[in-house]
Amino acid sequence: MSEAVVKSDIAVKTVGITKEYQMGGTILRALKGVDVEIKRGEYISIMGPSGSGKSTLFNMIGALDRPTAGTVYIDDVNLLELNPAEIAWLRCWKIGYIFQTFNLIPVMTAMENVTLPMIFAGLSSSERKKKGMELLTKVGLDQRADHKPNELSGGQQQRVAIARSLANGPSIVLADEPTGNLDLRTGRDIINILRDMNKRENVTIISATHDLKMLDVSDRVIYIRDGMVEQIKARSELKLEIGTIEGEQI
Amino acid sequence: MAQGTKEGIKSQIELPLAEAIRISFQSLKIRFWRSMITTAGILLGIAFFVAVLSGSEITKVMTERQGSQAIVTSIDEVQTGNISSQQIWLIVMSLIVCVVGIANSMLMAVTERFREIGTMKCLGALNKFVVELFLLESGFQGLTGALMGALVGFISIMLISLKDYGLDVFLGFPQYGLRVLMYMGVACILGMLIAIIGAAGPAYRAAQLPPADAMRVEI
Repeated sequence: MSEAVVKSDIAVKTVGITKEYQMGGTILRALKGVDVEIKRGEYISIMGPSGSGKSTLFNMIGALDRPTAGTVYIDDVNLLELNPAEIAWLRCWKIGYIFQTFNLIPVMTAMENVTLPMIFAGLSSSERKKKGMELLTKVGLDQRADHKPNELSGGQQQRVAIARSLANGPSIVLADEPTGNLDLRTGRDIINILRDMNKRENVTIISATHDLKMLDVSDRVIYIRDGMVEQIKARSELKLEIGTIEGEQI
Repeated sequence: MAQGTKEGIKSQIELPLAEAIRISFQSLKIRFWRSMITTAGILLGIAFFVAVLSGSEITKVMTERQGSQAIVTSIDEVQTGNISSQQIWLIVMSLIVCVVGIANSMLMAVTERFREIGTMKCLGALNKFVVELFLLESGFQGLTGALMGALVGFISIMLISLKDYGLDVFLGFPQYGLRVLMYMGVACILGMLIAIIGAAGPAYRAAQLPPADAMRVEI
């Protein structure tokens, strides 16, 4: 990756993005001008109460939806300047997605799900199989390659989704509440896998979450409230607070 | 700063048609029973349509052949030898049932997969590929359903005619055979077209939606 053209060390940058939804007669402003900068290799959590706009922000950063105004830059490239085929390429090669509801294709096996992005990338069948097995081994599911999602537990399904997100070696992985549907321990496993990926492969992780366990591994936490960035905190500033928040909850 | 350049970004490759055919076949295979239900919807519509059209043709020929001994099903037919208004009504009805039935089957089959379409787009699928995939799938289903439907429609009307006119119905085949075969051909093309058109609308709409919206659609 280092031989690439010299670029800034910013993986994702948003400039004044707003998003409005038409809800019947009224306009709902989900994002009201968000500016964030995320460095390469960072582990970022986007936190905020339900309806605060964090999932909307997630969709904007991931080129899954268009902002009403403002711009998103991925690796210094302005998404507004890209045509649909280039956006598709970006989604295929640069970004990996993990969702709260896993979003695996139910009729496909774990292996087929993991190798689907490789089909879009144009890999041959043998390359797909080899790489798919490597990825499934990485998340500890090589024995379950032929199982369909409904034959796997929630945690296992999410691990398949993680393997799928890594299919084409993305530089950014976006995770929308990846632990939202999982119990405490399974959630912790998933967080560890993500953290591992981040450390070992220098993948930038951006995760919308309200799982406090996530804070423990994040380099920075972006707090969103009412469609705006409320504050951004580094992990060093967080340590104490996590204890108290968790203390309060128990 | 390199901001604003498109450096390093490429256009997503278009997958060859052979790959799309392979994936759509596999997709039909892995959801075999669901595909069969959709295909059965097409089959029934086409069978009804073929049976009504061929039925009127066979009746016309057989009443002429058997003359006064014919089992008179309609006074009009004997008097004019033409299709009665009742039969036109039946044909129009069968066409409507066929169109609405197939369009509904395809609409449902695509709509229930909006989430999947959104997911595929997240993973790098081009809009064109998504539409292509669904058109191919619906085309296969349409063709299979229509072929089987035409056959089922023809066999059932032959059985009914056999009961009404006896074995003589086979001897009359040269007189009505060509037209019946033509009806079957038309019905096959019709079935496939309606299936493709029925799937094209929602598939195109889903492919155009930003993935975030496509994945949000609940049915």
